[in-house]
Amino acid sequence: MDQLSVAHLLGIKYLKPSDIELIFKTADHFKEVINRPIKKVPSLRDITIANLFFENSTRTKLSFELAEKRLSADVINFSASQSSVKKGETLIDTVNNILSMKVDIVVMRHANVGAGVFLAKHVNAKIINAGDGTHEHPTQALLDSYSIREKLGTVKGKKIVIIGDILHSRVALSNIFALQMQGAEVKVCGPTTLIPKYITSLGVTVETNLKKALEWCDVANVLRVQNERMDINYFPSTREYTQLFGINKEILDNLDKKIVIMHPGPINRGVEITSDVADSEQSIILHQVENGVAIRMAVIYLLAEQIKR
Amino acid sequence: MSKKILLNSKDIEIILHRLACQLIENHNDFSDTVLIGLQPRGSFLANRLVQLLENNYGIKDVKLGLLDITFYRDDFRRRSEPLAATSTKINFLIEDKKVVIIDDVLYSGRSVRAALTAIQSFGRPLNIELLVLIDRRFSRHLPIQPNYRGRQVDAINEEKVLVTWKETHEIDAVYLEQK
Repeated sequence: MDQLSVAHLLGIKYLKPSDIELIFKTADHFKEVINRPIKKVPSLRDITIANLFFENSTRTKLSFELAEKRLSADVINFSASQSSVKKGETLIDTVNNILSMKVDIVVMRHANVGAGVFLAKHVNAKIINAGDGTHEHPTQALLDSYSIREKLGTVKGKKIVIIGDILHSRVALSNIFALQMQGAEVKVCGPTTLIPKYITSLGVTVETNLKKALEWCDVANVLRVQNERMDINYFPSTREYTQLFGINKEILDNLDKKIVIMHPGPINRGVEITSDVADSEQSIILHQVENGVAIRMAVIYLLAEQIKR
Repeated sequence: MSKKILLNSKDIEIILHRLACQLIENHNDFSDTVLIGLQPRGSFLANRLVQLLENNYGIKDVKLGLLDITFYRDDFRRRSEPLAATSTKINFLIEDKKVVIIDDVLYSGRSVRAALTAIQSFGRPLNIELLVLIDRRFSRHLPIQPNYRGRQVDAINEEKVLVTWKETHEIDAVYLEQK
């Protein structure tokens, strides 16, 4: 019967294709729910969820919180900047204190790679990774694939290029796993300094010429230039990055096809993507945001289903 | 597993005509009424009634919606098998409408309870009625009774009432099965 093969959502690489299919199928139903006049269902009324954000986030945190509330869960929020973490409390202590308040599911964003995996081994709650350092951001990858499927009918056989800071991007890594698992062909494109050496070992091809990458693809997933993750300069200037890897209307109009434009947000308008592209009919950025709530509702619902009374 | 037939296709046809006529008595031209089939099995009965109303009794444009109640059930996380949702298709507002909820078998009443909650997500109806093909009258867990019933059945809990439709099983029939 339909059930996730995993006990936590720690990364796409732990999932099976059937898990992704189940999440998408469930999200289809929740997408219908969130378009009703009353967008709430009572399924999780006895479940408590803690959103632990040790790193700043606006969209992901809001999206998770909305998803949880639309499932009628009780929600508590935690952000590291206002907590005793500043006083030296360890991750385990922080989480155990929160779990003592009878929390069933923990949604966690953390700057350290593998923080979710670590937590899943030490605490008795369902863990959802909402981004762990430069490692994975599974719900973002799921909503990206879901949005591609919605726009193009299928992910299988599609050519997708991920453009930008691949080195520091958890979105890129999770997307690569998710897209390949569904039979897509994936290419990465960006400055050589921002493309990790191991990337070809994941079955991904590399292109440093933006025009060639766009001519090849059906979908361009444009990543944000992550200033906060760059402790040294990976390219000479933002202006040079924009000239070489920025997507504008002129570049798109010169292609002989209409490709789909995606961006996980927040957008640096005029840097990696211009406003006229972000707001164009080729862009599905706002669909990604809407689908994010449905996908997160599906993930939470399916994990909660495993918590038996 | 022994199986006894309760209703054959002829019986069901007569019952469907009677139910359609009872609906017409109370809802006239259906201009303020919407029919809501509970997914998955109530949708077959609801579809059949709409066909009858339109083709045999000349009622035009009967509004039919299909409602999935999975996310409103009270046994989430209590069942050994996970619940699988089906689709909801209600492309009209039910605000101030007379709603007739349609299901094939009324047993514990819990599905109908979930449907009463779910229907509120689409507006505030004027009133809600319940139509079922089979009413297992001594099996209720909640104080819910149908307004329209095809046949009342007295069955013990170890027995199961199974409804088959031409659309899925090539034959219209109602059976009583020993579990």
